[in-house]
Amino acid sequence: MKFINALPGPVAQGLIWGIMAIGVYITYKVLDLADLTVDGTMATGGAVCIMMMQSGHSVGVSLFVAFLAGMAAGLVTGLFHTAMGIPAILAGILTQLGLYSVNLRIMDQKANVALAFGKYNQIVSLRWVRDVPFYQNTIFVSAIFVLVLIAVLYWFFGTDLGCAIRATGNNENMSRAQGINTNTTKLVGLMLSNGIVALSSALYAQYQGFADVNAGRGAIVIGLAAVIIGNVIFGKISRNFAFKLASVVLGAIIYWVVYQVVITAGLNANDMKLISALVVAVFLAVPYLKRKYFSKPVKRGGASNA
Amino acid sequence: MLKMEGVWKTFNAGTVNEKTALSGLSLELKEGDFVTVIGGNGAGKSTMLNAVAGVWPVDEGKIFIDNVDVTKLPEHKRAKYLGRVFQDPMTGTASGMQIEENLALAARRGDFRFLKKGITHKEREYYRERLAKLGLGLEDRMTTKVRLLSGGQRQALTLLMATLKKPSILLLDEHTAALDPKTAAKVLEATDRVVEENHLTTLMITHNMKDAIVHGNRLIMMYDGHIIYDVAGEEKKRLKVADLLEKFEQASGGEFANDRMMLA
Ligand SMILES: Nc1ncnc2c1ncn2[C@@H]1O[C@H](COP(=O)(O)OP(=O)(O)OP(=O)(O)O)[C@@H](O)[C@H]1O
Ligand SMILES: [Mg+2]
Repeated sequence: MKFINALPGPVAQGLIWGIMAIGVYITYKVLDLADLTVDGTMATGGAVCIMMMQSGHSVGVSLFVAFLAGMAAGLVTGLFHTAMGIPAILAGILTQLGLYSVNLRIMDQKANVALAFGKYNQIVSLRWVRDVPFYQNTIFVSAIFVLVLIAVLYWFFGTDLGCAIRATGNNENMSRAQGINTNTTKLVGLMLSNGIVALSSALYAQYQGFADVNAGRGAIVIGLAAVIIGNVIFGKISRNFAFKLASVVLGAIIYWVVYQVVITAGLNANDMKLISALVVAVFLAVPYLKRKYFSKPVKRGGASNA
Repeated sequence: MLKMEGVWKTFNAGTVNEKTALSGLSLELKEGDFVTVIGGNGAGKSTMLNAVAGVWPVDEGKIFIDNVDVTKLPEHKRAKYLGRVFQDPMTGTASGMQIEENLALAARRGDFRFLKKGITHKEREYYRERLAKLGLGLEDRMTTKVRLLSGGQRQALTLLMATLKKPSILLLDEHTAALDPKTAAKVLEATDRVVEENHLTTLMITHNMKDAIVHGNRLIMMYDGHIIYDVAGEEKKRLKVADLLEKFEQASGGEFANDRMMLA
């Protein structure tokens, strides 16, 4: 009973983190880049949003500026990678580290800034997951965000630019041979991804009622876990792009529900990061181990007729 | 129309792996020339094509396409002039995307890509027709991921992609070498057809000397980073494999004896 009562919380949390996981999906799956910037961006969005709301801006404007801040972070990583030739993983780590200082500056050098509940026009809160009209329910509001985001991304990745980004993640050489500037597509992809992560961060800070400079620690692992869980459980059902994004969000919900179960069962919350890391490591290893130990030799196109 | 003037390219300059792959290469193609390129391993054939495509900048020399100096243009900006098919069937397509999506990407080669639809209804119909002409049944599998195609199907698709938007120059780098002989013959046949129909200026590298003689209107032989033999028209038609082998022997002082060219 205690668990059922506690369920709406992790579902709402999962929806908000699902937005973040969609951002990770764009870099990790579509662009085929491991982008660690998100550990910083997952704090930046909240910092920007909370500080702006506190100084009187509307929630809409605050969310939008948070999105832009995330895009700026993605741009920095993208330039490190494309213009300066730094490997993507390292570029992300550099931006992430730099963002820690930036985030503290945004928050006036405070590690944690609370948003007084009820004083501002926030749209989600952990107090609104039950016993409120449905349109005020955080699960409903977050679900709307998720649906709109999936719709917009479904459209975007069907455009010329979106297709060029997908092609870049698929085969860079082919993309350049087709006249695609792969540096540009990587930049756009990284900006879009980090913008989305910052949006999630901004919602999450409202949900929790505070912005925290450490809010993004390990976020990439949670995002990857959501992508992997979604893919493992729902991957076989449909190859439709919108469905894939939806299954990433479902993956995030499952992650937070399981988290809740494990905590309710009495496990130390601080051990969850270790468990998440191990679970993600195992799933990342599966394709490699499969290839190594279970693959049949593949027939190539036949002998060269040289 | 292509013109290369005194092109030099050295890889890994200043290291123990230093290798001069192009040494003062000059070549001029006339409109509609179909040139086959032969030469031993490491002669610089692929490097010549990569220099035209702009995969990396050359050290010296100039490259003109359609009388435009493209020497300084990066690869993606030269793409509008070029159709390319590679030796490895994996290289020319986006394997995780659908057949029709790959074609749509190729149809926009050289265009500015923004928020217009990535593929339209009308295009689909056109692609269906073009695929049907290949005679591989791909027109009924347009939403299949390219990953699932065989090497020969992929090369045929890549050839269609390379010529969907008429290129100023078609670059073929041993595009049948990874295929079994029957499939290779089919793809070569398709190549002849598409070059003829569209009157394409073509550079085709091959390791098969018979193919080099049979196809095209001109043949060049490369050795050590430049062209050592250039023959066209009637004289090319009369060539025998033995003549080419002899040319090789002369150029290399017999060192080709073990080259895979011999097996052709
Ligand atoms: N990107 C590169 N980096 C370093 N060396 C290279 C590079 N590309 C080619 N080379 C070297 O340049 C020389 C010419 O190579 P190239 O690939 O042009 O030969 P090729 O005539 O196409 O031979 P093959 O018949 O084996 O395909 C070789 O010694 C090769 O090792
Ligand atoms: Mg080669």
